[in-house]
Amino acid sequence: MQLGRVIGRVWASVKNPGLTGQRLLIVQPVKADLSPTGKSIVCTDCTGAGAGEIIYWVRGREASFPFTPADVASDATIVGIVDEINTGKKKDPS
Amino acid sequence: MLIARVVGDITATAKHPSHEGRKILLVQPLDLDGSERGNPVVALDSVNAGIGDRVLLVQDGYAAFTAVGHKLAPIDSAVIGIIDQVEIVSDAVSKVVAQPDIPAAAGGAANSPVPKKQNKKNRT
Amino acid sequence: MTLGRVVGTIVATRKDPRLEGFKLLIVKPVTPDGKDEAGYLVAVDTVSAGFRELVITVAGSSARMADGCKDKPVDCVIVGIVDGISIDDVR
Repeated sequence: MQLGRVIGRVWASVKNPGLTGQRLLIVQPVKADLSPTGKSIVCTDCTGAGAGEIIYWVRGREASFPFTPADVASDATIVGIVDEINTGKKKDPS
Repeated sequence: MLIARVVGDITATAKHPSHEGRKILLVQPLDLDGSERGNPVVALDSVNAGIGDRVLLVQDGYAAFTAVGHKLAPIDSAVIGIIDQVEIVSDAVSKVVAQPDIPAAAGGAANSPVPKKQNKKNRT
Repeated sequence: MTLGRVVGTIVATRKDPRLEGFKLLIVKPVTPDGKDEAGYLVAVDTVSAGFRELVITVAGSSARMADGCKDKPVDCVIVGIVDGISIDDVR
């Protein structure tokens, strides 16, 4: 899984029937310090994530598992919304 | 499998039910010389690892969800072991440089053809 | 499957119970003419390979087809020790 930030949404009226009813979100992968890295991707979502939220997403075949038994043709799915990342460093008091 | 270091843990309330009850770790894959290899990844924990631990990371879906004990769950990486020791034969690798994190193999280890015996010696 | 050379071992006491008894080796991928390639693999040893030996590794879900690896959380397994390689020079 990788960290990412939801930066947008995609609407598509014509799509694979398996994707009907799925929210398609644009995710920008981020590093541990939340700075962007790499290219943004389109993810399906099983958590109800919204714009601007830090999330983690799963890639590959596992991305279709949250929707079983439905066959959803997805290779990237948001599986968690991040509340907090603790890196063991003391927080800046400001 | 990769060698990685735990660099953070993640709290997430809204997540897939199969991720509940497991720590969610942020782990940085490492190269043999201890340098960072790409970006950190999010992995579920199966061995109770903590920040700073050097760990074994699987990045195959099936391996990851069997480690965590959920069949067909949306999990693609998991921590499956905490590394005590890494031993590298220096003359077998052409490009291994300094190993700040990896305890250097003893001189005898480099010449020992049987790694098993050496490990036992190191443990005592 | 990839060719590799065993360059090290890993000791992990605390690990998934299904991995107990397995030897974990560090394998450096090599080209057929023996040159090191970038990166490394941590692989479960099923054939008692030793340091510096040229081996064949299997990665991904096929790794669990190896003897004794069924339903274990492994994604890379050493399945053979290479005795010799011959390459046709006419390419």
